[in-house]
Amino acid sequence: MPNNERTSGLVSARLPQSDYAERFTDLHPQLDDHEAQVAADRCYFCHDAPCMTACPTSIDIPLFIRQIVTGTPAAAAKTIFDQNILGGMCARVCPTETLCEEVCVREIAEGKPVEIGRLQRFATDTLMSKQVHPYKRAATTGKTIAVVGAGPSGLAAAHRLAMLGHDVTLFDAREKLGGLNEFGIASYKSTEDFAQKEVDWLLAIGGITVEAGKALGDTLTLDSLQSDFDAVFLSIGLAGVNALRADGMDLDGVEDAVEFIARLRQSTDLSTLPVGRNVVVIGGGMTAVDAAVQAKLLGAQTVTMAYRRGKDRMGASVYEQDLATSKGVSIVYNAQPVAVLGGGACRAMTFEYTAEIDGTLQGTGEMVEIAADQVLVAIGQKLVGAPQGLTIEGGKIAVDVFGKTTMQNVWAGGDCASGGDDLTVTAVAEGRDAAMDIHAVLMGEG
Amino acid sequence: MADLTSEFCGIKSPNPFWLASAPPTDKEYNVRRAFEAGWGGVVWKTLGEEGLPVVNVNGPRYGAIYGADRRLLGLNNIELITDRPLEVNLAEMTRVKKDYPDRALIASVMVPCDEKSWKDILPRIAETGCDGFELNFGCPHGMAERGMGSAVGQVPEYIEMVTRWCKEATGLPIIVKLTPNISNILLPAEAAKRGGADAVSLINTINSISSVNLDSFCPEPMIDGKGTHGGYCGPAVKPIAMNMVAEIARNPETHGLPISGIGGVTTWRDAAEFLALGAGNVQVCTAVMTYGFKIVEEMISGLSEYLDEKGMTSVAELSGKAVPNVTDWQYLNLNHVTKAVIDQDECISCGRCYAACEDTSHQAISMTSDRVFEVMDDECVACNLCVNVCPIEGCITMKTLEPGDLDERTGKIVSKDYGNWTKHPNNPSATAAE
Repeated sequence: MPNNERTSGLVSARLPQSDYAERFTDLHPQLDDHEAQVAADRCYFCHDAPCMTACPTSIDIPLFIRQIVTGTPAAAAKTIFDQNILGGMCARVCPTETLCEEVCVREIAEGKPVEIGRLQRFATDTLMSKQVHPYKRAATTGKTIAVVGAGPSGLAAAHRLAMLGHDVTLFDAREKLGGLNEFGIASYKSTEDFAQKEVDWLLAIGGITVEAGKALGDTLTLDSLQSDFDAVFLSIGLAGVNALRADGMDLDGVEDAVEFIARLRQSTDLSTLPVGRNVVVIGGGMTAVDAAVQAKLLGAQTVTMAYRRGKDRMGASVYEQDLATSKGVSIVYNAQPVAVLGGGACRAMTFEYTAEIDGTLQGTGEMVEIAADQVLVAIGQKLVGAPQGLTIEGGKIAVDVFGKTTMQNVWAGGDCASGGDDLTVTAVAEGRDAAMDIHAVLMGEG
Repeated sequence: MADLTSEFCGIKSPNPFWLASAPPTDKEYNVRRAFEAGWGGVVWKTLGEEGLPVVNVNGPRYGAIYGADRRLLGLNNIELITDRPLEVNLAEMTRVKKDYPDRALIASVMVPCDEKSWKDILPRIAETGCDGFELNFGCPHGMAERGMGSAVGQVPEYIEMVTRWCKEATGLPIIVKLTPNISNILLPAEAAKRGGADAVSLINTINSISSVNLDSFCPEPMIDGKGTHGGYCGPAVKPIAMNMVAEIARNPETHGLPISGIGGVTTWRDAAEFLALGAGNVQVCTAVMTYGFKIVEEMISGLSEYLDEKGMTSVAELSGKAVPNVTDWQYLNLNHVTKAVIDQDECISCGRCYAACEDTSHQAISMTSDRVFEVMDDECVACNLCVNVCPIEGCITMKTLEPGDLDERTGKIVSKDYGNWTKHPNNPSATAAE
């Protein structure tokens, strides 16, 4: 008998083969021309628009929407890319409900914002589908820059630096570029290998030499980079995960959510991926939601997200929480992990309910056991492998507002650096801004 | 419910909503359906001479401009008068009138500018049982090149002459349809009256090019690489039409001459506005070409409700109600002072009022870093632009200062007296106030 949602344990192929593609399809399909016109028509072209202020990359949203309205989506895309070269991915993964769309005046007027994210995707997809790169490099400066880490921040920095005429070498620990865009985002937000297509499109600027499969460590050191290059930009992300201190973490079926997500993103046949009948995801952020929803889509019978604090403290937005519950995920609030139960393989997990009293989280003594043949831990990532000599502040590489570290000619940005939220769009902004500062310093303007 | 029965220059109809002479009224099939839908009257698509029928283009006949969400705001057409044989139209009109005796059926006519043509055709058309005639002196394209339509309507003497012929040829009411493609609408209106017209109807369409194809560099609608001006109608022309209606209504020479209001009437409110400005009824075309005949239901219910609210019992009571308040600029009260007021509870902080005022007007709106927009009374000239550009109806309003209040912009106390330009000290030709 083939496996189904009720098959016990960690098994693959819980669904008929034909179901996978449909289940993992685009969360928000691209708007067609007519839909884009209707959506774009709603923009009021606000003065000094709040959406633009809310965007970490300060995209001129009213302008690009007006360009869509007037039938020039390529010009709209250029407006977006001028500020955010990864505007295509950001259009897919940005939590717009807590950024541009949250402050849209039509959200205030009608509770229904202009669909900025989807319009951005309409514009960027239109231009990117033409297979031409819209920027040209400036005359070469002769300056060389090492960018370490080819996630959103590194890609944005590399592109901007190359465009300004510098010669960039882009290192990444993995064989595939893209960082979290490639390995860390739910599949239904980046379908049809978009992350790789975007990387290829971005690299078409020229002037960027890719060194994949090279991590900072024994052979590639900050010292050597500093001597070989005029400047170094570190965008190494958060390669480690926070450990959960609970009994039974060594049981089979317990793993980090980021591993689960990465495996899923790299899979060419989702039916081969094992998933539990009863999956418990620990954590309350976007990674937890991505893992929980995808476990459900893979055919788990029950998926429970357990978060130790209340709904209002959850890292994932209300929109993300609603997405999870709409896909059949149950969210248990105020439940802190106590132990994973089982022998060899896990079978359940116990939690203690909590209450926040005078600002501190306390266990109430009331316990609950939740069936779990798979436990995915998503309680945050942490910086590992930061080179010696850098000042670390709050677990991250300390940088100033320009992305400068405390070391000469070394900049940093993205999740590994201090300041800003751990969002793709913030990482892009930091990469871009550090690139501009590197340029200014190297060209003697800084 | 108010009684909407209307009598227009002696022609009765169950409501004041007529379909204008145009494609919707070109044949029996349409007109029957229009009457079933509730339209009070129909001006049949313009009839021409007997003989070989008119020929239309076989490419696109219409062009358009749009507002948000592709809402049609203006339509431009290059269609000519009916291209069906006269006898077919007359037979159909006869059948329709027989089956709908309570509805107004008007024959629109356009024949060459000679006495015999007009005097021959009118009695023949009258045999259909129609209630009156509308002389098409307005059509601005095609027929005008052949000395008809607006070519006649632009020469007051011709209007007077043809109208007189028609009055001699029939006892039925004669409505003269006027072209707006003229510098002073009073001249043709006065000419029509002199010729004995029972009424005028206006406006016909406006010369227009609705769009240019930027690939083929040709005006649209495009016929094999060429375009020609068409006649413009729809919501976009309503302000132009209303001004012309009001001018005729308040002109001593033409005051009292029944007016059938035409031009962008789309809702009951548009109709009520035309009526208030002196129209006795309205004619509709573009709105039904956009939405179909059914809209008349909204027009009927809306106008009835409005009349009830105002305590009016007939359409006639509304007709002309606003005419006494249409005046010349020189008689406007320059001592009347208003200021814009932004309702902070309604404001959604889009800042469009600020952009408009700051960039293009009087720099009279302030903006804080947290996007609070406020009017500075000491700068506000009350131009109303902020009201016009605000996307939230009722958010920005005009507050009238009371006599004795200080106008912070001028530093003067608001006078209780009426004072217009004719008496203003800055006017070199002012007549001294007594």
